[in-house]
Amino acid sequence: MIDMIETMETTMRSPLQAATFHPATRRELLRGSGVLFAWAFVPRLARAEGRDPRFLTIVLRGGLDGLAAVAPVGDPDWVKLRGNNALTLDGPKPGLPLDSFFALNPAMPNVHRLYQEGHATIVHAAATPYRERSHFDGQDMLESGLPKLGAVDSGWLNRALAGLAPSPDAIASHRKAFAVGPITPLVVRGAAPVLSWVPPRLQPVSDETTLRVLDLYRHTDPTFAQGLEEGLGAAIIAKAGGVTEARPDVPDIPGAGGIEQVRAYFAEAAGAAAKFLAAPEGPRVGALAFDGWDTHVQEGAVTGRLADLLGALDGAIGAIKTNMGDAWNETVVTLVTEFGRTARVNGNQGTDHGTGTVALLLGGALKGGRVIADWPGVKETDLYEKRDLKATTDLRAVLKGLLRDHLRADERALAADVFPGSDAVAPMTGLLA
Amino acid sequence: MTLDPRNAALALHRFGFGPKLGSTSGSIAAIASDPQGALLAELEVPKAGQIVNPNLATSGAAQRTGFEFAYARQAQMVLERRRREAAQAENPGAGNAMEDKPAEAAAQANAMTPPRRNFLDEAGARINAAHNADIGFVERLVWFWSNHFCVAGTYMAGAYEREAIRPHVLGRFADMLQAAEGHPAMLDYLDNAQSIGPSSDEGIVRNRGLNENLAREILELHTLGVRTVYTQADVTNFAKVITGWTMLPTRDNPEHGGEFVFNPRMHEPGEQTLIGKTYAGGGVQQGRSVLADLARHPATAKHIATKLARHFIADEPPPALIERLTFRFFETEGDLKEVAKALVTAPEAWAAERAKIKRPSEWVVATRRAAGRKNINTQGMVGQQRLLGEWLWQPSAPTGYSDDNAAWLSGLKLRLQSANTFAQAVAADVDPRELVDATLGPLATAETRQAVARAETKVQALTLLIVAPEFQRR
Repeated sequence: MIDMIETMETTMRSPLQAATFHPATRRELLRGSGVLFAWAFVPRLARAEGRDPRFLTIVLRGGLDGLAAVAPVGDPDWVKLRGNNALTLDGPKPGLPLDSFFALNPAMPNVHRLYQEGHATIVHAAATPYRERSHFDGQDMLESGLPKLGAVDSGWLNRALAGLAPSPDAIASHRKAFAVGPITPLVVRGAAPVLSWVPPRLQPVSDETTLRVLDLYRHTDPTFAQGLEEGLGAAIIAKAGGVTEARPDVPDIPGAGGIEQVRAYFAEAAGAAAKFLAAPEGPRVGALAFDGWDTHVQEGAVTGRLADLLGALDGAIGAIKTNMGDAWNETVVTLVTEFGRTARVNGNQGTDHGTGTVALLLGGALKGGRVIADWPGVKETDLYEKRDLKATTDLRAVLKGLLRDHLRADERALAADVFPGSDAVAPMTGLLA
Repeated sequence: MTLDPRNAALALHRFGFGPKLGSTSGSIAAIASDPQGALLAELEVPKAGQIVNPNLATSGAAQRTGFEFAYARQAQMVLERRRREAAQAENPGAGNAMEDKPAEAAAQANAMTPPRRNFLDEAGARINAAHNADIGFVERLVWFWSNHFCVAGTYMAGAYEREAIRPHVLGRFADMLQAAEGHPAMLDYLDNAQSIGPSSDEGIVRNRGLNENLAREILELHTLGVRTVYTQADVTNFAKVITGWTMLPTRDNPEHGGEFVFNPRMHEPGEQTLIGKTYAGGGVQQGRSVLADLARHPATAKHIATKLARHFIADEPPPALIERLTFRFFETEGDLKEVAKALVTAPEAWAAERAKIKRPSEWVVATRRAAGRKNINTQGMVGQQRLLGEWLWQPSAPTGYSDDNAAWLSGLKLRLQSANTFAQAVAADVDPRELVDATLGPLATAETRQAVARAETKVQALTLLIVAPEFQRR
């Protein structure tokens, strides 16, 4: 069994650190933020039906480009919109067809396989009610489930749990796990007890963060820029557009950063989450977050950065499926992001903050193999504020539908407490098998 | 009243441990009406720089605890080896038990042993003092002096800082010098405990002699400065002067082992000449007299003034500032409070250019203060600063940790990783946009503000903030 942790402040562990560190205690190795689970108690109503449902939410922070993940290849305006950056069914890396209209990014073969097996559903042109374009606010809105911004201290998933009557036989053996004060993604924070587990491997500094820091240094402190560059590999320097001044070539150290580390972290974190959820006495509801989706520059949807990230995510989904074992058939995984990106590519071969995007739903409990979309079109006149994919589906409808039908959350509680002010947003029906 | 938030932020970052989020006394706003006055006021707080905690072990007790633990462990290892050898003799094919159990070996290395407990208690007291200070100017001075008179590889380092450095941080340099050089931690670290006058009784009977290590470092590092007014003959003679300054043997003395003692049997008899002055023979007083003269030597004043200016202001400090501090040190006979005042009232000390990079230990504390952490994790912070190249009380040489920027620039990538790790743990609790104002205020460049505001996650925003040059520089 993987250790639980108490509240911890920071961590001392990274692959680089391990070699030079004084021997760390097990506690130290496990601290930090990472995968976090809300304790589900095993929902009583679902239990009474003889089911033991699992529910995992993965927050993709940064704003996933839904059009790059799932492209409307059947839309006549699609290629006009994205030009050479458009994912199509042709070319060296053709999209994986989902139906006559949509194709999946070729970096995601696991998702494609699950889709064909009826275990994946894609909701397109979806968004939260948030219509501004700030990450922090957008993430708060996504995770809090509240209709407007303000001070929040709980997330919709936690409030959904709080409303579920616990099954008495399920909690006794793990009550002690509630003595945890984790640093938790907002979506699972709140009154319901939360336990946390932290993967030994931390989410590494993303290339994106490194590039932003380097960019900041270059604009404000050339000495710092040079100092940082000396520690970085050649590949990331190249991405940043070369070096500040002549410097000796630094060879890239395999596994010392970049996508390999991200891939490993994603798979480890998601895989561990699945193991927990699959365990007979484990938690039933969980959440985790993956960063790095803010692709303003050199998005690389088909080959490049976003493709790499989607590939890492696909690997994580594969790990979930594998580690879930038989429990997969009672599982729903949702992948959600705070907003989409601009429909058009910007001046840096990237995309800026937008609105409508995709939500990916995975799991054996789904009636999958479908793309659910009230397609708004991508002609300029169809776009939200002439720039973003219009949101035609309220993400809350999808989540409410899943919470109601999978976890048997009370529909009135969903409208009043879980997603307050969402009376007009009816839970989506028929998502489950 | 005019407010000066820029100099308030500067005072906090340059002379303290950075602004403390949520604090009414350690914030930019709190000292904006008179940043310089706030620094001066910290010098007047009663018992400033002292740690009063009866639970912390004295250096002697720490040394004995450490020694006893190490000795018991050695005995255990001997037993283990004998058992192994016996087993090998019985069954020559058997493997090596310890080598087969790396996990056990690792667990042993991780165990909370009494010396480790002592170390963490001391480290916790030190880090908390810095974390909880309003600005932290006096603590920064403690850290400066502790690094100036550094020791390493001893169970006594934490207690040494409390016993030899802190009592004099706003007192007289001469007293700190006497306390440091006569402290068992220093005598042990720089080998003087084993130095024997060749003509002393011990020297004659055991045919043993001098160890010049401490004498040389006192002249070169602690007082006059390298290549100043002394010669090799002065070093040798000084080494003779301080023979007999040693500690009671820990092995044989469970009551007082590890405490300072002057052992006349080891002391080189007779007068010695040092830098043109002759010191009459007379036991421990001979060394005390030399130290007193070294403390008031003009070369010492200049050496200390240069180091202080280099630490707080620039690798190549303005000559006017060095002159100012040298003069003040000299005219007050090394009154360190007066020197500290001279530093913060010097116009050069408020230069807008922030030429220095914070050392890792200082930066680590600043990150916790910036994020408004109420409770801090000593072990985590000690580990973090060690990872970044500044192992607490364990510098690799008696020069202490470098004050040159070049020594720390190559660590920026590690700081980035370290910052990211910290941010992952705490970012959920903060609003990075508010943090920019609270932490950097007017020091924030437009670029940093924008980078934080546009960050893709709170983790990224907090990371950017604490690795920003405005945050990492003094």
